[in-house]
Order: sequence, then structure tokens, then C-alpha cells
Amino acid sequence: MTNTKPVEKNLISKKIDTLFVDFYSAFQFILRFFKELFKPPYEVKEIIKQCYEVGYKSLFLISLTGFITGLVFTKQSRPSLSEFGATSWLPSLVAIAIIRALAPLVTALICAGKVGSNIAAELGSMKVTEQIDAMEVSAVNPFKFLVVSRVLATTIMIPLLMCYTGFVAMMGAFLNVHQNEMTSFITFFQQAFQKISFLDIFSSLIKSIVYGFTIGIVGCYKGFHAKNGTEGVGKAANLSVVLSMFLIFIEEILIVQITNSIRY
Amino acid sequence: MELENEKYDSNDVVISIKDLYKSFGENEVLRGVDLEVHNKENVVVLGRSGTGKSVLIKIICGLLKPDSGEVNVLGKEVELLSGKELQQLRLEIGFSFQNSALYDSMTVRENLAFPLVRHAKHLTRKEVQEQIERVLNEVGLLQTINQMPSELSGGQRKRIGIARTLILRPKIMLYDEPTSGLDPITSIEINNLINQVKHNFNTTSIIITHDLTCAKTTGDTVAMLYDGKFIKKGTFEEVFASDDERIQNFYKYNFIT
Repeated sequence: MTNTKPVEKNLISKKIDTLFVDFYSAFQFILRFFKELFKPPYEVKEIIKQCYEVGYKSLFLISLTGFITGLVFTKQSRPSLSEFGATSWLPSLVAIAIIRALAPLVTALICAGKVGSNIAAELGSMKVTEQIDAMEVSAVNPFKFLVVSRVLATTIMIPLLMCYTGFVAMMGAFLNVHQNEMTSFITFFQQAFQKISFLDIFSSLIKSIVYGFTIGIVGCYKGFHAKNGTEGVGKAANLSVVLSMFLIFIEEILIVQITNSIRY
Repeated sequence: MELENEKYDSNDVVISIKDLYKSFGENEVLRGVDLEVHNKENVVVLGRSGTGKSVLIKIICGLLKPDSGEVNVLGKEVELLSGKELQQLRLEIGFSFQNSALYDSMTVRENLAFPLVRHAKHLTRKEVQEQIERVLNEVGLLQTINQMPSELSGGQRKRIGIARTLILRPKIMLYDEPTSGLDPITSIEINNLINQVKHNFNTTSIIITHDLTCAKTTGDTVAMLYDGKFIKKGTFEEVFASDDERIQNFYKYNFIT
């Protein structure tokens, strides 16, 4: 018993040390991103390719989840509102929920799973098979080519995907409202946007830019620092999803607090 | 065509390493390594796995930083170079990786074009294409130009890896275990290719291997690395004529295994 306590204490202090080292290394990684971002040459072709990978290839999944989110949210909200005879509020309630929270969150969570893990796995496998070293020895900056292009792509494409998710979710909501109240398309959207302010749209846009950056930088960081062969690649992909999702929720709380303090 | 390497005399030292130390945590990998490589010379670094052979060439091209010691490549102190200067130096060095390290999301053509379009921006698309075909011809694999790395055999991947480094016409070639994982016939083909590269491109090379056939075929000089230090240098015959038990054991076990 007397021997185990110092060992445990050692382990804990080692883990805390590692955590701080990790924080420092992540901070350096982010700083390096901003430094390399403005330095020529610009890998425009690679950025466009990555935008296609992030945006176009996520479209089907985003459409499906966005539509279902809008539809289900409307279905679930209807009974509570009909108790008070307030189903006419449904379009604006759904619009507020979708634009303020659901569209950015659903897009970010889907992309954290699909795009973030993909980036981490791709860079991780490049790292363990020395492809990143090969780039470096051929005097090509791998950080610029691999990291900057991917982080830029997620930061640009996730806000666009968020707008698309919002629209598709609203279409899901419209389907349900139309089925029950025979509301026309124009009336539905007029009612929906009555309660939406510029701040709602602006804060959602800011949120999705922050989420996009988070997904990209976490995926790249985990992939770029992958080690221990294929096991390390799997671990990097897994950790990138978990960490991105965790950070997205933390950021959600912070941004909601900030926008609420502006709004009220 | 006169290659840039012609400006160096064969007596010129192009790589000079003095008192090099490198450790990873508690593990001391290199413990006072000294080495001089002359222009157009093929130096083979022999040694068992884990003796720091690959670490040595990764330090030469600046992929790893030494703990102490001097590494001078083409008259430049690698440790003292700025990022930009190191990039410039790397254009003069070709590195052939143990597992080829081909970019697996690109075709062979794109793999070869990748460094070229970034460093020879004056070339037209047609000239880039011609350069790619010329280098692929050099390694005898022009027919694979549109294939993906996953469609190539181990030997073909090694050749394409070498071709990718040759496309920038380096003065120095660093080969990390060029014959590992290959069958004897393909190994001989790779050994011949290394000699052909030296002859056609006038390169100075360091070849890291534990394969004695490779060492004998490609090496002008053989240096035996043991326990983080060179214990013997000379021609293949001179090294293995030594009575040193460590060298004799290495020789003996190479043929048993």
C-alpha cells in the first residue's frame, strides 16, 4: 500500500505535465497556421480541392440529417403548442430553433464526424508512412500544403453547409406544417422569418465559422501528430471527433452567452 | 549536358559530420559519429536495426536535430541554416525512404510533378511532362505513369520513389534501406539502379542498409555503425577483412538469416 501512493501521484503529475505540453503544442500549431496562412505561395488548387471534399461530399448526409431535424423538431413541438392553441407560432418557433442553434450544431457535429475524422486519418496515415517527411525533404512546406488548405476549406465550407442545412431543415418543418395546416410556402416563410433578427443570422454565421475552424484544426493537429503506426492513425481519427465535438459544445455555450448579452 | 555537380572535384568533401550525438529520451542512438563523404562517392552505412543509421541521414537533411556535433552539407552548416536556407539545401538532396513514401492519393505522374511544379515554375506544362517521362524512362517504369501507388509492386514503388527525388536533379542522394522487403532479384535491380543514378546524375550518395549484397554492389566506401559509433571504414573487402568480432558476427549472421 505504501508503494502505490507515490506511483499514483507520479502518474497524475505526469498526466498533468502531458496535458500542459499538449496545450502548448496545440497553441503553437494554431499560431503556425495563422503565420503560414498569409505567407506565399498559396496552394489555391489544393484549397479548391479540399473545399470540394468538405462541401460537396458532405451534402447528402447534411441534406438527410437537416431535413429530418426540421421535420422531427416540428412534429415534437406541435403537441405542446396545440395545448395552448398556438400552432400558428410553430413556423417562427421552428425558425428560431433552427437558425439560432440546430443548423450550426447539426452541421458541425455531422462534419466533425465525417470531415474531422477523415482529415485526421488522412494526415495520420501520411505521417506514419513518412509521406509528410517526403514532402519536407523535397522542400515543399507540408504544413502549408496539408494543414492550411484543409483548415481554410472547413472554415469556408461549414458556414455554407450551415446555410444549406438551415434551408433543408426549414423545408422539413414546412412539410409538416403544410400537411397539418395547409399553410402555403410563402405564408410559412413569412411567419418563420418574422421573429428572426440580423443578430440571429450573424451569430449563427460566426458560430459556424468557429466550428469549421475547430473541426479543421483539431483534425489536422491530431493527424499531424499521429504516431505508432496504424493504431495511432485510428486513435488520431477517434480523438479528433471526440475533441472537436467537445470543443463545439463549449464554443456553443460561450457564443450563446455573448449573443444573449448583446440581445438583452 | 553538364551537371551542376561537375563543379565539385572528386576530392571535395560534400558531407562532413563531426562528433555527432543524438538521443531519444534515455536512449542514446548516435554517440560521437564522424564521417566524410567525397564528391561522387557512394558511402554505405552498415549496421544492425536500431543502431541509428536512419537517424543519421535524417539529421543530414535536417529532418531531425542533433543534440550536439557538426553536420556540414555542400559547405553549409545544417544546424545554422534558416528555414528558407534549409529548403534551398534540400533541393540539392534526394531522399529515398525505406517504404518509398509515395503520396498515395496521387498517381505516379502527380507524385513526380508535385516537387517539380513547385520548384521549377518556369517550366511549361509540356516541359514538366517531358521531365517526368525522362526520369521515368531512367528508372524503366514509364508504363506506370498513370497508375496509383497502391497498384505498384514493392520494387516499382522504390524505383518511383527514387525517380521522384531525381526529378529535381539532386547533388546528393540518401537511400534509406533501399532493398529492404524486396526479393533478391528486385534487390539486384535496385542496386544496379543506385549505381546507374550515380553514373548518370553524378550524385554523391549515402546508402543505409544491412544488406551485404547491396553494400558490396553499391558502396565505394563501407562504414560499419555499431552502438552509435563507426567502428570501421574502408572498402567492403577492407571492412570485412577485419578481425573485429562485431563485424565478423554481422557478416556471419547476414547469411544465416
